[in-house]
Amino acid sequence: MSYIKKPNIALSNAPKNELGMTYTDYEGAMSTLCAGCGHDSITGAIIQSVFDLNILPHRMIKMSGIGCSSKTPAYFANQSHGFNSVHGRMPSVATGANAANKELFCIGVSGDGDTLSIGMGQFSHAIRRNLNMLYIIENNGVYGLTKGQFSASADVGSTAKKGEANKQVPIDPCQVAIALGATFVARSFSGDKDQLVPLLKAGLMHKGFAMVDVISPCVTFNDHEGSTKSYMSTRESKREAVYTDYIAPFNEIEVNYEKGSSIEVDLHDGGRVILRKTDESYSPQSRGDSVKNIRAASDEGELLTGLLYIDESQQDFTDTENMIDQPLNSIDHKTLCPGKKALKNLLDSYR
Amino acid sequence: MQPTDTKNPEYYHKVVDCQWGCPAHTDVPGYIRHIAQGEYTQAYLLNRESNVFPGILGRVCDRPCEPVCRRARVDEEPVAICRLKRVAGDLKDDFKPYLPSVPEQKNGKKIAIIGAGCASMTVANDLLPLGYEMDVFEPLPEMGGLIRSNIPKFRLPPEVIDEEFDVIVEQGINLHLNHPIESLKNLLNEDYDAVLVGTGAPKGRELDLPGRYDTDQIHIGIAWLESVAFDHIDEVGEKVLIIGGGNTAMDCCRTSLRLGGKDVKVIYRGERHAMKSSDWELEPALEENVDLVLCHSPEEYIVEDGKLVGMRFSVMEYSVDDDGKKQSRKVDEAIIPCDTVILAIGQENSFPWIERDLGIEFDQWEVPAVDPITYESTLKGVFFAGDAAFGPKNIIEAVEQGHQAAISIHKYCNKESLTDRLPHGMNLVTAKMGIHEWSYSNDYDYDDRYEVPTIPMQKRFKDINIEVELGYEPGQFKREVERCLNCDIQTDFVASLCIECDACIDICPVNCLTITENDEESSIRQKIKTPADNLDQAIYVSEDLPQTGRVMVKDEDVCIHCGLCAERCPTAAWDMKKFTLQVPYASDEAIDVAKETKKAV
Repeated sequence: MSYIKKPNIALSNAPKNELGMTYTDYEGAMSTLCAGCGHDSITGAIIQSVFDLNILPHRMIKMSGIGCSSKTPAYFANQSHGFNSVHGRMPSVATGANAANKELFCIGVSGDGDTLSIGMGQFSHAIRRNLNMLYIIENNGVYGLTKGQFSASADVGSTAKKGEANKQVPIDPCQVAIALGATFVARSFSGDKDQLVPLLKAGLMHKGFAMVDVISPCVTFNDHEGSTKSYMSTRESKREAVYTDYIAPFNEIEVNYEKGSSIEVDLHDGGRVILRKTDESYSPQSRGDSVKNIRAASDEGELLTGLLYIDESQQDFTDTENMIDQPLNSIDHKTLCPGKKALKNLLDSYR
Repeated sequence: MQPTDTKNPEYYHKVVDCQWGCPAHTDVPGYIRHIAQGEYTQAYLLNRESNVFPGILGRVCDRPCEPVCRRARVDEEPVAICRLKRVAGDLKDDFKPYLPSVPEQKNGKKIAIIGAGCASMTVANDLLPLGYEMDVFEPLPEMGGLIRSNIPKFRLPPEVIDEEFDVIVEQGINLHLNHPIESLKNLLNEDYDAVLVGTGAPKGRELDLPGRYDTDQIHIGIAWLESVAFDHIDEVGEKVLIIGGGNTAMDCCRTSLRLGGKDVKVIYRGERHAMKSSDWELEPALEENVDLVLCHSPEEYIVEDGKLVGMRFSVMEYSVDDDGKKQSRKVDEAIIPCDTVILAIGQENSFPWIERDLGIEFDQWEVPAVDPITYESTLKGVFFAGDAAFGPKNIIEAVEQGHQAAISIHKYCNKESLTDRLPHGMNLVTAKMGIHEWSYSNDYDYDDRYEVPTIPMQKRFKDINIEVELGYEPGQFKREVERCLNCDIQTDFVASLCIECDACIDICPVNCLTITENDEESSIRQKIKTPADNLDQAIYVSEDLPQTGRVMVKDEDVCIHCGLCAERCPTAAWDMKKFTLQVPYASDEAIDVAKETKKAV
């Protein structure tokens, strides 16, 4: 961590987005994470993404559970709504928030412990509901806040700081999510913002549950030789399967993509996702293919990254629940709660 | 791009904008930190090492350091570097015990120094510890040269000059006041080993228009100021016109106000931006109610019955044509009534006492042909420094030229090559004192520049000796020193330690860092989040980083030296290191003496 708060300096040539806001305007409180923590870099990528997408801070809600990862919503978008929930229970609170105001951009930040151990059930059901949110897992393979015990995502054979190897099989959030029917599944690395930022942008604009598993090295407890989630080993094992670009609505595509090796997916907001495959045989639109490829890479000791699976055809939570277009929180109290008489009429209608 | 060579002292030197801008390379952040810690004598001595006259320069320096100050790039107004120097001058204790010791046993070499101004006395100051015997010849009854005769006492009290010049004289030079040198030839026939000419640019420029010699109410600015300084003139007419737009014009108009001028106008032929006067010299003049009349080009002095009654001007209009060339055109005529005119349109070199058959070459403007590195003239053993060398510049420039001339004189007397000079050196030591603890104040705060208090307007004009600026109060300078961004505490990067976690990039409050593929400079400059558009400022490019082969890039332009990159760095690849520029002086060229000097300090 650093000790003094980052000063706010308004440089005349600092880039501004379409709202006239600077990058600094999207920053948050001083981070108390360890110096060099991958989570801080993910925070930087989130700030960059919402800056680029011209999202008004007060149209955004940031949610988290417990853990190092769950501290990070404090470090970006000071002017946004936020909720720091019980350990592993962030999806429930996010569901409530989503039901109350479906127009907010919802960013959930969780960790490997918060998601894959105590919150596994909640995580699964958020996917089932296809909750319209960006769900970021800051995945470092250890419980950093309790001094570095293996987490559920630690690879077999990966060693702890004092040399002891992990024996239990890891849970891969990407494979689990695809199996559970998630509609947007991606993996990236905190040390590669060129890849991470477009994925976060696409995830935010995806209508439905967008999960991004970000390998985020724990610089204090899991950045040593023998760890499979250190900066060095992640850089060595990471292979980008699908390079992703998010193109905002009405923007021309500036880069010429080769036909055949790239796929264009239209998003609900009018933007597009351009997928550039590095491997011809890979299809990020087929569940079977995706899981097969992730497994094959994993067997080779490789970490497959990029947008691994996308399906824009599914309805999200508010659609399947037949909710009206107007956000519930903007409806006056009398209409929302029409009183005993209306309740009685409703119940009578079922008799 | 090639990796930046930070081992070359000039790279980090350039990052310290004030020190880079100062002709004498004054360690500005260093002395400001001394002031911050109440170490005024150390602050004074650190100044004195490079600029010799901190008390004088703290009042009247041309301050080339301030316009380039980093603070001005992040929050508009530079640190009051010059006036903080005055704080060191005002609050120091006895510093004489800390000066380099002067050997009892002289080295047998004798130097003649002509003129007792800043350049000359810098040479004397530098050569004293080396055991030279020096004769200083000054035509006026007091030392100082231009600063004594041309800078009015309300800006620079004579006691300040006395103190800083006397300390050099007391160390043992032979001072000959009221002693003009009338012939260089005669002087050269005496047994001097080398001669330094430090006689300044003493001749005010003439404006020969109709009517010039029909009255005695037209004065040449610098001669007039000298007469005022030595009490030969103590009054002036009521309606005074000052012709010119430089700093001498400002001194003339403010002096006129103190000698009885009621309606004082400064007349300049061009537009405001073309005026040579510094803002901080023009503003007090305007504050004291001097009229500034622009775009008036003088045509004629109007004299009636031997009495000056006015001046006729062409009113000009300036424009820039399609080719970018400046065009001027007369649009009107004006007559401005006056009873006194003071000409402040520049000054020139003048050497009537140097015979032209000695082998010293001059150009058509009477400027001698002087080597810009050694300051030697075309006659071996005769050196020039200060305004005498390259025409009128400023005090701090003269001091630096004095340092260089002193090195040359020492080398000449020891039969060494004059061009084989010591290069700049540097020292780089970590500023880390512990976790989150640095040997400097790194927390940045926005703060406006503190104004120096001045004496109230109604009290200013009673006496020409009343100093207008009072100097900072402790409460003010203690805040002002905190505005210094400590540019000499460098962000030093070791590529081999970097794990590319991006922590530094994310924490940087001015977004001046990035990690990227190496490329052409123009392209790298645009890859930084705040684009590095200021091409005057360098960008740092590291060696290839170990994990991905990319490079760390830093734009030096807007970095505020807050040290957050180093605080955030998990591997100490970034560190904050205190940079000290080592500037060689004459005593460094003579190693033995340098050792002795260090012992004495």
